[in-house]
Parts: sequence; C-alpha cells; structure tokens
Amino acid sequence: MKFTWFNLMPWPYLPDDFREKHHSVWVDIDQRLFDPEKSNAVYNTYMDLLEYADTLGFDGIGVNEHHQNGYGIMPSPNIIAAGLARRTKNAALVVLGNSIALYNPPVRVAEEFAMLDCISGGRLVAGFPVGTSMDTNFCYGQIPALTREKYAEAHDLIIRAWTERDPFAFNGRYNKLRHVNIWPRPIQQPRPPVHIPGGGSVETYDFCIDNTYSYSYLSFSGYLRAQALMDGYWRRVEERGAPDKSPYRAGFAQTICVAETDEEAERLYWPHVSYFYNRCLHVYPGFADAPGYRTIKTIQTGALSQYAPPRGGYTELTWKDLVEGGHVIAGSPETVRQRLEELAKGLHVGNIFCLMHVGDMPADKCMYSTKLFAEKVMPKLRNVFPEFASDDRFWIHPMNKRAVPGSLGPEVTTAPGASVRIPIPAE
Amino acid sequence: MESKTVQTRHAPVRYLEAGAGEPLVFLHGAGGMTENDPILAELASRFHVYAPFIPGYGETEECESMRDMLDFALHGWDVVEALGLKNPILVGHSMGGMIAAEMAALAPNDVSRLALICPAGLWLDDHPIVDIFSLLPFEMPKYLFHDPEKGAAQMTSGLDMSDPKFLQTYLIRNARQMGMAGKLLFPIPERGLAERLYRVTAKTVIVWGESDKLIPPIYGPAFQAKIAGASLVNIPEAGHMVIAEKAAEVARAVEAVA
Repeated sequence: MKFTWFNLMPWPYLPDDFREKHHSVWVDIDQRLFDPEKSNAVYNTYMDLLEYADTLGFDGIGVNEHHQNGYGIMPSPNIIAAGLARRTKNAALVVLGNSIALYNPPVRVAEEFAMLDCISGGRLVAGFPVGTSMDTNFCYGQIPALTREKYAEAHDLIIRAWTERDPFAFNGRYNKLRHVNIWPRPIQQPRPPVHIPGGGSVETYDFCIDNTYSYSYLSFSGYLRAQALMDGYWRRVEERGAPDKSPYRAGFAQTICVAETDEEAERLYWPHVSYFYNRCLHVYPGFADAPGYRTIKTIQTGALSQYAPPRGGYTELTWKDLVEGGHVIAGSPETVRQRLEELAKGLHVGNIFCLMHVGDMPADKCMYSTKLFAEKVMPKLRNVFPEFASDDRFWIHPMNKRAVPGSLGPEVTTAPGASVRIPIPAE
Repeated sequence: MESKTVQTRHAPVRYLEAGAGEPLVFLHGAGGMTENDPILAELASRFHVYAPFIPGYGETEECESMRDMLDFALHGWDVVEALGLKNPILVGHSMGGMIAAEMAALAPNDVSRLALICPAGLWLDDHPIVDIFSLLPFEMPKYLFHDPEKGAAQMTSGLDMSDPKFLQTYLIRNARQMGMAGKLLFPIPERGLAERLYRVTAKTVIVWGESDKLIPPIYGPAFQAKIAGASLVNIPEAGHMVIAEKAAEVARAVEAVA
C-alpha cells in the first residue's frame, strides 16, 4: 500500500453562518473573507504539516489545484511542491495535479513538472486532472464542450515534450508550436508516474488503462459511496483487456482522523470535520457542472457531479452520519486500521490519499492524528496486497544519491582553485 | 408546421417549415425551439418560414467539428444552400441573432434583409450580460420574461423536475444544447462580431423587449450604431423572450424590412 498525506489547504476562517449568508465557497466566494496577513501563518503551517508527514514515513505528500476556492487555497500546487522538494527527503511529491487544459501552452506543465522532478531527485508523481467545472470553466473560462479535446491535446504534447529527444513541431488545434524542446526534462524515465483524478467517466477509465496511468477517485464522500464507481472502473479494466488488475492502477482519497479511542476521536476532531463537511462544501449548484463539460455518455451512466447538491437539499450532517456513512474514517488506531483495510480490499485500491488535515483543524491535533496513523495504523496495512508488492509502475523511482539542499559548505573568502567539471554521460 | 430534414456537411439538420410567400430563415436562441413557438406561427402567416434546429438542438445531432463562430456561421450558410434558398430574409433571436449577424457580415452579397431580435454578440463592460451557464432552471424566468410567473408556467408546463428519469433526460438535453451554445456564448457571449458588423449591407431591423434582463435593451443602440442604416424597434412589456411574449409585434417589425 502507498499512503500519501494530503492537504486540501482549506481557509480556516470561514464564518459560522457561511452557508446561510454566502452564495458559494467556490468561484464567487467573497474576497473579504480572505485575510492575506493571516494566510502567512496558514500557508506555512500547512507546508510544515506536509513536511512533518515526510519525517514520519508517509510514502507521499500530496497537493492539488483549485481556483477561487475557500477550501483549497492552492491555485498553484507547483509552488507548494517546490517548497516541499527542498525541505523533504523521501516522500513522493504527489501533485494531483495540474489542470493541463488551463496552461497556455501546456509545455509549461512539462517544464515545471520536470523542474520538480529534478529538484527533488526524481520524486514527482504527476497528476493530470481535467479540472472541475468550477475551476476549468467558471474560473478559468474554458469552453465546456471543448475542454476535453483541449485536455487530450495538452496531454499528448506534454508526454511528447518529456520523451522526445529532438526538437519537434506541434501543430495542434489549440497549440501551435514550431519548436518544442523543453529544458529541463524529468529525471524519471521514460516519464514520472502519472495519476489521473476522475469522477466516473468511462473515457477517463479508458485513458488510464490504455496509458498505464493510475486512476484516482478524489471523492469526499468516502469509501462506502465509492463502491459502484470503483466497481465500474475494475469492470472496465477487465473489458479493456489490461494485463493485470493491480490495485495500484487506482487511488482513493479518504478523510481519516486517528485518536487513542473512538470517543477521543469524536471529541477532538468533530468541530473540524463539521467545518469541512457542513461549511466548506457549500458550492452553488449552478457552478457544479457547466453544460457540455460532462460528456453525454457520462451523463447517461448517471454519474452526476459530486458537487451537485444532495437530493432534498443540504442537511446538517452529524459525526454519526459521517462516520457510519464512511465519509470519514475516524477512531482508535484499530478502528481506523479495520476500516481502511475494508476500504482497500473493497475498492481494490493500492494508493490511499489520506486527507488528514480536515477543515479548520489546528496543527497540534493534526500532528497527533498523523503520528498515530503513521505509527499504529500504516505499518499494519503495508502488506494488504502481497501479490502486487513489486508493482512499481505507478510510483516514483528516485535517484539513489540525491543532492542535499543547503549544503554549500563554509564561506569562500579566497579565490578557489581550478575545479574539474565531471562530464554528463551524453558528452 | 412540417418537420423535415436536410443534409449538411456537419449533420443532418432537422427544420420546421410553414407558410407561403417570401422565404425566411429563422435561427433560434440558446434555449431552443419547438413547433409550438408563437413566433413561428406569426412569421408563417406572413412568410415561407424555414426554421432549422442548430446542431445539438431538437433532432439535429450535436456536432463536435463545429467549434467556433466561423464554423457556426458557415454552417448557417450551408443550411440556406441545402434548402435551395437564395437571399432569404434572415431572422435570428438571441444566439440565433448572433449567428445571423455573423452570416450577414461574412456574406453581405447573399442577404439583403436581416432582423436581429435581442441578439447576443456584443459586450459592454458597463452592462455585463448574466452568466446563463451557471443559472439553475428555476432562476431563468426572471431573466427571460417581462412576466416571469407566466413565463415560468409556459416553460415548465407538463414537466416534472422531481422525476429522476425526467431529470436525466433534461440534463442530457441541456448538455447537448448548452454544450453547443457554449462554443459561442461561454463564458462571455462575444466573439469579435463588433469588428465585423461594418460589412453588413442588408436592410436591418433590430428588435428588443424593453424589459429584457438577460441582454439589456441598451445593447439595441450598440448594434444599431454598428450596422449602417439599421432601425431599432423597442417593444414594451416584453423581456428577452419577446418572441413568446409579443410574437405578433416582432413579426410586424420583421415585415417592415421584408
């Protein structure tokens, strides 16, 4: 199993009456609710927590991209990942990901991801989401019915830019580039592992299966509600004739809170879980799904946006609702272990994106939960899929001997002597 | 009203045909068209009306290879050609008005009479047009009608939004229609028409509902200023759906340029 510690980076100061008084947490959220000076501590604490997870042995630390969003203040995950690349040692940098249809030209993503891979010594997991309709259409103005075509073109361009060794011309519909020739290119060969976040469209299943990419279902509603969707994915893996059903072909995001006991978990974490589920997810339904964004085929399968309001409207969810409904896996290490094992086996997923910072959770509680997870849960779940233990197609291949940031040595006050540059293999 | 099909490069196009006399092509707006639309009956009592469904609407399949304004305008001319019409009166409402104006700018020698009914296509920073793509169905009537209650009743008569099966049909129809419309209208319904309207030589009438809250009536003079000799008819007690609320008045205004 691969565990990635994930932080959505919610703004922790949304008012109590946010859902009643405000139109939406996303797209047209009130500017005045953001306090730039407070964000200084918020950002740095969130990055500290990601770095802390690396020291505890998580396989990865994860960031993602959202725009104009009160529960995800990370419009550029690459900036956060660059900071993490320098201050972490072993964890994969799981950037899940860059919405590649938004970059003009998308070689920008090929370049920035290559930089991250180079700086981190080959620790990048590259995520290529289509992007939510809120981000891609309503915030970034992409035409809904053309978004997927533009995405597909961006993907082809990035992969070619990473893998071809000579400059090439790219005559796309959305990108006309006469000289594609990125500098730098990634350390990992032939390319960094790719994960694709999806929300149940068959086209995305096929895209992952055909390219040996891992399919990530980043839901907030937990593993019990994900069963039908993931079953659909595995059915498709079989239909499509994939050579294996490795659980690492899939990832799943799950909110997780660990304490000494189940009671302590409720007492410690309930306010923050409530903040997230009852406040942060207040998305105006008109922004959930611009017509044309989802394909007709996908709508016909009945897959609706997870941001569409629940039938009958919102209700105030309780701790019991959320824990029993599987939105949140919370409790003692043993409770959490049992339920995560159920999740991994039930959904057949090898990559778990652990949403361990929840809502407005303060750093101390988050560290407590994270440490308990790392020490008392993670080790017991390492070997859920022994038959796929050697499957490394969906994970990083870092360099063995990596540069140590901040190791310039003592100050130099006299003229250095001639030093010999070691030639690179291509020379 | 007869329903027929004509072949074009992009899709087999379904169209409604009725009336007698001068040929008139009517291009519907982003909300679509039905054969019961009052404007069609009013126009058909004066002209020989051809009203094609734009790809994605009605029984005309959506078309992936139509992506931008030029594709839509040329498709419009393809339809005119396929119908065997020469110099028809060109009428368009809202998005259809945007396409009709573009067609007239593109091929000024092929159209000598043009009616634009609260057309989309221009953008005034001081008068932003509502984002129709983020509106929920129940929010639409107040932007579309002078009398929203009556309009809402017309829009939803016989529809049951609480029936999941209907809801899915609705979502699919909306995705097809507005998915195609988004290629012209999303996120801002402006594709450079202002730069090209100088080419329009047709005798042109611009018609606006005085209570239009979707594309405010101030856009009327903006269009008028860019099309040489265009006349402007403002119709009271009518909103953006002036073609439903005051269909006879609209048809009379069209008659004046015919």
